[in-house]
Amino acid sequence: MPDPVKLTIDGRQIEAAPGTLLINAAKAAGIEIPAFCYYDGYSLQAACRMCLVEVEKTPKMPTACTTPVAEGMIVRTDTEQVRRARKMTLEFLLTNHPLDCPVCDKGGECELQDMVFRYGAGGSRFIENKWHVDEKQWSPVVFYDGPRCILCFRCVRVCNEGMGVGALGIVNRGSVSEIAPNEGDHLNCDECGMCIDICPVGALTSGTYRYQSRPWEMDHVGTICTHCSNGCKTTLGVRNGEILRGNNRDRSGINGEFLCIKGRYGFDFYNHPERLQSPLMRVNGTLQPVAWSTALEAVARKFTETKNAGGKFGVIGSTRTTNEENFYLQKFAREGLGTNNIDHHRSGDVVTLLDALSGRANASLATTADLYTSKAVLIIGADLSLEQPFLAFQVRANFRHHAAKVYVVTPEPVREDKYAARSMRAAGDPIWGALDQMRDALANEAELVILFDDSIKGEGVRRLLEFGTALGKPVKYVALVDYANSRGAVDMGLTPDLLPGYHASPQRGLSLDEMINAPDLDVLWVIGANPLSRADLSASSPFLVVQDMFLTETAERADVVLPAASAYEKSGSFTNVCGEVQRLKKGLDVMGTKPDLEIIGLIAKEMGLAATVGPWIADRVFDQIRRTVRGYDVSLPVIATGGAAQTAPVNGRISSTGRPEMIRSVHNDLFASGTLGRYSKILNSVLEKTEGEVEPIEAVHR
Amino acid sequence: MPYNEPNPAEVRVLSKRFGIPNSQSIDVYLANEGYQAYERAAKMTPDEIVNVVKASGLRGRGGAGFPTGMKWSFLARNSPKPKYIIVNADESEPGTCKDRLLVEFDPHQLIEGIMIAGLAATSNQGYIYIRGEYRYLIDIMNKAIAEAYDRGYLGDNVRGTGWKFHLATHTGAGAYECGEESALLESFEGKRGIPRIRPPFPAVAGAYQSPTILNNVETYAAVPSIFRMGGEEWAKLGSPKNGGTRMFCLSGHVNRPGVYELPMGFPLMRMIEEVGGGIRGGKKLKAVIPGGSSCPVLKAEECNINMDFDSLAAAKSMLGSGGVVVMDETTDIVAVALRIMRFYAHESCGWCIPCREGTTWLRKILLRIYEGHGVASDVDLVGELSKNMLGRTFCPLGDAAAMPTIAFVEKFRHEFEAYIQKQVPAAQPDPLLQLASV
Amino acid sequence: MTFSPELEAKIERMFSQYPPDRRRSAVIPMLMYAQDEIGSVTRELVEEVARRTGITPLAVDEVVTYYSMLHRMPLGKSHVQICTNISCMLNGGTELWEQATRRLGIGHKEVSADGKISLEEVECMGACSWAPAIQVNYDFYHQVTPQKLDEMLTQLGAAR
Repeated sequence: MPDPVKLTIDGRQIEAAPGTLLINAAKAAGIEIPAFCYYDGYSLQAACRMCLVEVEKTPKMPTACTTPVAEGMIVRTDTEQVRRARKMTLEFLLTNHPLDCPVCDKGGECELQDMVFRYGAGGSRFIENKWHVDEKQWSPVVFYDGPRCILCFRCVRVCNEGMGVGALGIVNRGSVSEIAPNEGDHLNCDECGMCIDICPVGALTSGTYRYQSRPWEMDHVGTICTHCSNGCKTTLGVRNGEILRGNNRDRSGINGEFLCIKGRYGFDFYNHPERLQSPLMRVNGTLQPVAWSTALEAVARKFTETKNAGGKFGVIGSTRTTNEENFYLQKFAREGLGTNNIDHHRSGDVVTLLDALSGRANASLATTADLYTSKAVLIIGADLSLEQPFLAFQVRANFRHHAAKVYVVTPEPVREDKYAARSMRAAGDPIWGALDQMRDALANEAELVILFDDSIKGEGVRRLLEFGTALGKPVKYVALVDYANSRGAVDMGLTPDLLPGYHASPQRGLSLDEMINAPDLDVLWVIGANPLSRADLSASSPFLVVQDMFLTETAERADVVLPAASAYEKSGSFTNVCGEVQRLKKGLDVMGTKPDLEIIGLIAKEMGLAATVGPWIADRVFDQIRRTVRGYDVSLPVIATGGAAQTAPVNGRISSTGRPEMIRSVHNDLFASGTLGRYSKILNSVLEKTEGEVEPIEAVHR
Repeated sequence: MPYNEPNPAEVRVLSKRFGIPNSQSIDVYLANEGYQAYERAAKMTPDEIVNVVKASGLRGRGGAGFPTGMKWSFLARNSPKPKYIIVNADESEPGTCKDRLLVEFDPHQLIEGIMIAGLAATSNQGYIYIRGEYRYLIDIMNKAIAEAYDRGYLGDNVRGTGWKFHLATHTGAGAYECGEESALLESFEGKRGIPRIRPPFPAVAGAYQSPTILNNVETYAAVPSIFRMGGEEWAKLGSPKNGGTRMFCLSGHVNRPGVYELPMGFPLMRMIEEVGGGIRGGKKLKAVIPGGSSCPVLKAEECNINMDFDSLAAAKSMLGSGGVVVMDETTDIVAVALRIMRFYAHESCGWCIPCREGTTWLRKILLRIYEGHGVASDVDLVGELSKNMLGRTFCPLGDAAAMPTIAFVEKFRHEFEAYIQKQVPAAQPDPLLQLASV
Repeated sequence: MTFSPELEAKIERMFSQYPPDRRRSAVIPMLMYAQDEIGSVTRELVEEVARRTGITPLAVDEVVTYYSMLHRMPLGKSHVQICTNISCMLNGGTELWEQATRRLGIGHKEVSADGKISLEEVECMGACSWAPAIQVNYDFYHQVTPQKLDEMLTQLGAAR
């Protein structure tokens, strides 16, 4: 580390690393220098002129956002001249900014309001006509109000630099300059809404949230997105038991300012008209609503009968239920029902990766933070920007900020090609040829993170780790998986041969496919999964119990359907693709549903097995996980305060073949999320739009 | 033929070939001392070239008056990147029309100046950024460049010296802001003409982020005469610290408006009376804008002043780009202030808040006053808002709008008040005209 | 989109003037010369320039909307640009502008019904010492008198 620079800000002696911008040096010392256009991590603009400060021996006031600290520099941020400059800049800004704050979405959390409140004038001397153009809808989810726009260009930068999309630009000149979308009158983009979040004012508004609420009427519930495996924090705006928005309110998650369309808008499945709100039982061949007690009694009775008769159970767990639910489910299955026939839909070979890492020097699991700091990243197989959008965001930011070298081996062109040091097209066996060609370049890197999808599994994973080790540099790995708790499901032992923490099961049970195809299955219990969407249950006709939010292909076929709560309606924890454990925070209740943990607990209770499987309280189950599951003794304060803690890798070999043939990623893109995605109006409306059948969502004023 | 008769008071150095038939051609140029300066400079080291320019006291003719030799010495010559020479022929400062003539009547003088800059910079490539409105100059310039290639003054092996130097023209598309050097570079790279954050300056990261020498047409055009005469001799043409001659663009209410080459430090009143033939129609002088619309106005009684950078700075105005706009006693200062502010509001690039919003607001207030709807507080407000822009904008355009406005209000306050107190008839809003002021 | 052979040759020359990885530098010249040929900056032209320079159409739009001389609406056959900036204003430029608008019955950036003439009030065009000045397309007219303007407009096909 070079020696710090000493300078004085407002009479205080401050030290900062050389090259630190004055605005950040001041911030670190607790001195606020206001700015609109400056946004940490994005290119400098010096456009808003709010951060002008006095620097001794500098005749004109420089912008603190572009001035690096210098030894002996004497800076004043609170003089009459500085205060006046801020006040007058705000006065200029407000000349053309409409004062429609009473109806503006941003009112109450608007940076312009805050700035004027703190630094501005109470009155206005502007008595001329304001410039006006009508508001424009650019996509189902993005609206733009030109006059409200203060032209800080944050949206342009986040779209271009942050997302690598570049769908926003600046058109016209002078005071009629505006932000414009890439297709003239509409956007063709990721629809991530990052531009909306980063907008300091109400110029960019969300198609789903606009004119719905005042920010202070909502509870802001920071929880984890239930869609892909990246584990982004999304803050739900909840009012009267309704989720009105998802956003990135305090940027406190591992994802910083990042959220994709799913994290921001994809919560809307929760109040889809087809959401199940009552248990259903098959009566005379059709599913009929019944009371919870009736349904639970029926399930418990069937389970007990089957168990007593030595019948065959099959249990299929979920990649979207919590660690607590998964742990509790496998415990119930193994200890309560006495079966190892338990599995889930696996999308990446985490098992073989963990096994292959055992005892290997210079090799470990990567965190999402590593993707931002590693000097080099190798992406194999996945179209990362579409399938793992936050991981892609991290890699992009790493390239932007640290000039990380990015290597790509994918079957099709990907967004990463634009800045990759080397991009090659390969699928299947030719991947190894491509890697061989990259070997020398990779060996020259100081360190590397390798991300691989389901094109590398089983022996392929071992071969990849041999390849990594032969590079002779520290290499970290990520086995890409599909869903919010895909990683947690395997960690928690939702597998026929592995107990929680990858301990070998004394007896190997049936795998998912084996259960579906078993000729003699008596009971099939499916929790939060939809295996019958792609498989046919024709070998046998078991008693089918399904816990789900919707009447999926699997639920339609069930004897009992139990309406489950979504991830936004319960507490618990998820483990993301990088093995980082984070806590879910319950945002609301949906009438008639119950969290899967409670449903399982109630079945256990009904069967008289409550004492065997223990209490169905998420915190209590998590305690048990921390005590018993290898790697999960994570710091409680970190988790409890909304942080993420990476689970320590397995130490020791795993006794499992990993059954790589069972691993199938569905490669969801930005606008798909498995079965769940079908119930999101927003994801579907964007899809329709991109297919040219545009039917914009009307703004709802109420 | 040039557009106005020469004047005996002129010292014709840069314009010495103006008026010679076919002065654009390389043959006429060669017959009149053409490319001799290059031959001299080609024998010098880059440092020696820079020292000659320093000795000449040449200061940037675009408006800011920065010493050219010093600017050239800042060039990061040791950078491994290519070095570029860029010519600012985006002449757009209201009141200024000199670069046009220097290109039109002596394009080879400009090429020779660019070549010498190229030698100083160890550059292999120059570009002339010409404002879009000057389309005919691009044709003239391209023809001259083709001649220079033909005769070996440009190309892969200039005059057999082994030095490679290429030159091309590049058209603008209508934007005053592109006269600002970093905005010009952005525009040259095919982007909006938004200025860059500086530092780094063009000498370090200019065109294509490479070290770049960027000067005004007149600055480059002055270079050959400096090398023919020697820096010290050239400096003596002007006044102390203000070397050489200057192309002054005399316009407004004078009998003989025109572009005249006069020594630096030439007295303004002599320029008006002797060169310009006095005020038209025997009227009295009211005021002069001494260096283009950005420069604070001088009242008649302030016009006993020598036209050089330092004298005008001492009078709290600027020599600017040499656009001397003379206004007689009938001139409506409110109308002038409004027209100038309309210009800046139209040309503000929109990047920074004080300039973007300030020029627009000021334009609206001035228009309101002009149309008879001013209120008593407006005069102070115009002055104050201008001061609130001053020194706080991203680039000098904000200052260029603020400075003259402050001067108009301070020096001719009574004229604004007369409008507000309805002592003069308000201008009638014209529905067709209104369209243009949006 | 195809241009005339002359323009294609010009564009080719243009590209040869800039470093190979700096094709974007040709954006503004290409737009200007193509506009001269086509009459305005059409959507198709924007996309073509984007394609040839390797940038997005949005990036071309950003440029087109910034520069005063790039027009997205077709201009008249003769685009009459009247300067009313300071030096011209002091010499009757404003009056010339009013005269032209009255005579043609069109305003700023409007085109006569027959498409022959369009009008634009422009900023300083660098003819201050020979004011008032008018540009018709790229041709300069200096020291224009009301009578001269009247004759000019008639010649350009303006109705009496």
